Amino acid sequence: MQALGIDVLFKGTNLFRLLQGLWVSIEISLISVVISIVLGLIVGILMTIDRPFLRIILKIYLEVVRIMPQMVLLFIVYFGTTRVFGWDLSAEFSAIFVFSFWGTAEMGDLVRGAIKTIPKIQFESSLALGFNTVQTFVVIIIPQTIRRLIPLAINLITRMIKTTSLVMMIGNVEVLKVAQQIIEANRNTSPNAAFGVFAFVFFLYFIICWPISRLSIYLEKRWA
Amino acid sequence: MNELLDVKYLHKEFDNNVVLKDINLSVKKGEVVVIIGPSGCGKSTFLRCLNGLEEIQSGVIRVDGLEVNPKNKDIVKLRQKIGMVFQSYELFPHLSVIDNLIIAPMKVQKRKREEVTKEALKLLDRVDLLDKKDMYPRQLSGGQKQRVAIVRALLVHPEIILFDEVTAALDPEMVYEVLETMQELARQGSTMIIVTHEMNFAKAVADKIIFFDKGEIVEETDDVEGFFASPKTERAAKFLDRFQFTTRL
Repeated sequence: MQALGIDVLFKGTNLFRLLQGLWVSIEISLISVVISIVLGLIVGILMTIDRPFLRIILKIYLEVVRIMPQMVLLFIVYFGTTRVFGWDLSAEFSAIFVFSFWGTAEMGDLVRGAIKTIPKIQFESSLALGFNTVQTFVVIIIPQTIRRLIPLAINLITRMIKTTSLVMMIGNVEVLKVAQQIIEANRNTSPNAAFGVFAFVFFLYFIICWPISRLSIYLEKRWA
Repeated sequence: MNELLDVKYLHKEFDNNVVLKDINLSVKKGEVVVIIGPSGCGKSTFLRCLNGLEEIQSGVIRVDGLEVNPKNKDIVKLRQKIGMVFQSYELFPHLSVIDNLIIAPMKVQKRKREEVTKEALKLLDRVDLLDKKDMYPRQLSGGQKQRVAIVRALLVHPEIILFDEVTAALDPEMVYEVLETMQELARQGSTMIIVTHEMNFAKAVADKIIFFDKGEIVEETDDVEGFFASPKTERAAKFLDRFQFTTRL
């Protein structure tokens, strides 16, 4: 146990602190995922609407999100806005903002792709029955895209959960940061703690993401 | 006269290609108008203009006195007066047969579920599909899907129903069941505009024949028998001749 540095986990409140850190990660991912799904649906629909100006704006948004590393976005929002605008954003708010900003763009693109696979005449068939455009999307089109969307959306969700490990860079004390603190604090007594503690963190991420990823594979097979 | 549909000088182009030029047509309540003509002559586009699925460049389309304009907010109300049945059925794949039928009356017209369901089941029974009510569209044959699509259009209580080559995608043995349903509707006095390639059906069901070619009405007549026996224009004669040849084969 000592050789692998696992004993450190059971010293004092270490295990509890790690789980607390995990909760911070989960909280940030959960809030961001919910916001991303709701806004992503709206953005995705807007992306399919034939308005050149709107399309260009959304295209730029999507490309910015794709090109920029999430860490750079985090730094801009957390540090950059403080210097330039004098905004004092909390680390947690910044993290949720950046993850939602990212998630909405990616989710929007998935929604756009799913809507594009629905034949145009399905829209017309709905309009011909007297549905307006909003009803057509809500009642007819979106329900048809859900099957295609869920496996892809789940994939995005697991990516978002894993990427929350970046938020410690702006001072959020999440699971990885707690792990580092524990390793630092026990450097003299348990020099091998790095292995045991990080292995445990790996295990924590695994038990969260693995079931989600299994669900995605299951749904993909079932709805293929 | 009580003209239900009135089209005046309808003109439509796609990227400077004229698809419909100066179409005039009026349809009375209870009338069955059959539009025939070669493929690509603008028949389907004409139907799509009538319920505002296509924008027109000039001219006026009036249904029940109200102007059809896809940019107008009233278009939603107007479309409830003009039902449409498509060649490819276009049932909603995520809904069962009964839900396909009742969704528009419930969500668009805010009618009560029980009332609409009752009416839907009655109509389903009339097209012999009552036992299919809980199935999904993918479990039905083409002919069955098309009959469901017709019932779906009827349930909105439209004043006019447009049929856009509704049997063109069907296997020959299924064509009959769909045409039979349409003939039944015609007998009950529904106002219908039908685009079709089924000449015998056209002869049997039409009150008025419109022959379209190259985006314009070439011949229009109430003398249906006379049209098929001896059309007045050369283009119509040539078209019918070619048709009889293929049916003889």
